[in-house]
Amino acid sequence: MTAPPEGNPAVPPVLVLVERSGGTVRKPTLEMLTLARRIGDPVALVLGPADDATVATLGEYGAGTVYVVDSPELSDFLVVPHAEALTEVARQVQPAAVLVTSSADGKEIAGRAAVALDSGIVTDATDIQPGPDGPVVTQSVFSGQWLADSSVVAGPPVITVRPNSVTPQAVPAQPAVEPVAVTFSDLARSARVTGTTAKQSSGRPDLTDAAIVVAGGRGMGSADAFAVVERVADALGAAVAASRAATDMGWYGHEFQVGQTGKTVAPQLYLAGGISGAIQHRAGMQGSKTIVAVNKDPKAPIFEIADFGVVGDVHTVLPALADELEKR
Amino acid sequence: MKIVVLVKYVPEPTASWSYAEDLTLDRAGVEGRLSELDEYAVEQALQLTEKGLQADIVYLTMGPAKAVEGLRKALSMGGTSGVHVLDDALHGSDAMATSLVLASALRHVGFDLVLTGMASTDAEMSVVPAMVAARLGVPQVTWAATLAVDGTTVRIRRDSDTGSQDVEAALPALVSVTDQTGEARYPSFKGIMAGKKKPVQTLTLADLGVDAAAVGTGAAKSVTRSASPRPPRQAGTVVVDEGDGAAKIVEFLTAARFV
Repeated sequence: MTAPPEGNPAVPPVLVLVERSGGTVRKPTLEMLTLARRIGDPVALVLGPADDATVATLGEYGAGTVYVVDSPELSDFLVVPHAEALTEVARQVQPAAVLVTSSADGKEIAGRAAVALDSGIVTDATDIQPGPDGPVVTQSVFSGQWLADSSVVAGPPVITVRPNSVTPQAVPAQPAVEPVAVTFSDLARSARVTGTTAKQSSGRPDLTDAAIVVAGGRGMGSADAFAVVERVADALGAAVAASRAATDMGWYGHEFQVGQTGKTVAPQLYLAGGISGAIQHRAGMQGSKTIVAVNKDPKAPIFEIADFGVVGDVHTVLPALADELEKR
Repeated sequence: MKIVVLVKYVPEPTASWSYAEDLTLDRAGVEGRLSELDEYAVEQALQLTEKGLQADIVYLTMGPAKAVEGLRKALSMGGTSGVHVLDDALHGSDAMATSLVLASALRHVGFDLVLTGMASTDAEMSVVPAMVAARLGVPQVTWAATLAVDGTTVRIRRDSDTGSQDVEAALPALVSVTDQTGEARYPSFKGIMAGKKKPVQTLTLADLGVDAAAVGTGAAKSVTRSASPRPPRQAGTVVVDEGDGAAKIVEFLTAARFV
């Protein structure tokens, strides 16, 4: 591998770590390519085999070069091989910034890359703009109650980006594909994956990048009652989420929890049923563009942030809503 | 064996937080507590020894003078001793400096197993465990939903959206645990009294051989330039369901072009 990618030499590359699910490039990656274009020339790093469809999608969203690191270590061991691959490519490319999805693994990969590159790291970016001294990153902090503008003053900035922060824009490019050989350390082979149990797919969109999320909380009252949450979600093509109260009660899977100890979502529409809207829950969803709430308590704090609210019983309103939507 | 649990003293999640003039989190003006997510790591350390693992449990924190209260809370739940890295130069440290100091302190204290929570409830970055493991050059085994240690090996299960993974690594290693590992115990009265008498060692940067110029506000590699409270959302229309609640939602969704 040689010089930074083709294009205007004055425009620096911006390295985007590609995230895929079931072989498909995930939407947050396309969002990062879109943000990258504001501060330089987007280039992508694929970990694992880069099939034609992956390269084509990345090209469609403007990746000028697709770097590929493919090695069994990436699937057999946790995090460290990914971080070492990202670090190696960043050293060769000398990017203006390194962008990684703000997911559990993404943040750890970014953190380790920052240590290796001796770079500053900013997490949970909701916006990136060019600035006189490098990118200016807007972050949602303090449980989403504050917005901070931060920048990195040492090393190539390592930035993790929250899904749904920007609308992906197609700007077709013909990417060059560059395989990169990485020599992994012994440490990269230290945390071995000895078994995996795949979960059956619900067929619904991924919670963190869904355009619409339908969520149930304590007011749903039982695991069975989540069937109607799923009905409303399916009628809207939405993902299903739950508050911590509901997941702690075992009514719905922990991986669907939205809030401070769960996922942060920012969909176009968040429809909350039986959720009071405690600050820990709001931390995970108040970046939603539109919020609709159904709750029997007129004083529930969720109504203070809802664009449209119905004071009523979720056990009558949600089934009726599912019926109405299914008719369409 | 020595288990070191990293703990952080954080502002109460329900309190109103703000920035100090230097654009760091104002920790002085707000009530604090041991980060709830660290209590799960404390609980797992205690359970490991209760299941028969012969180990000393040491809690390690860095933070201002008040942070010792987080150590005392952990010690009231159980464990052997605490270590507090306390130095005025630490103020304003970013994740890079924090991981540097914690890794240096861990080397100083010695460890076979490092346990951490999945994030702090203040900065919420979720990067420090991985960064500490990177600096120490030990395996990182993160986001454990279950945890077992047998002799020289740690085994975990971690859950994700697409399924779960079993992961194992040789000790010494760093393990972060999620809130799915099981509820943390409440300290008993006896535990609280005992916790007050357990030894807490205070270490400075000089004790750790860390250059004060490498940490704190002046050395931060990421800098907050400005901050403002998120503009409050405008409360919208709220209607009382009179049998027409669902229809009114559909009307709203239609007008907003969601259906």
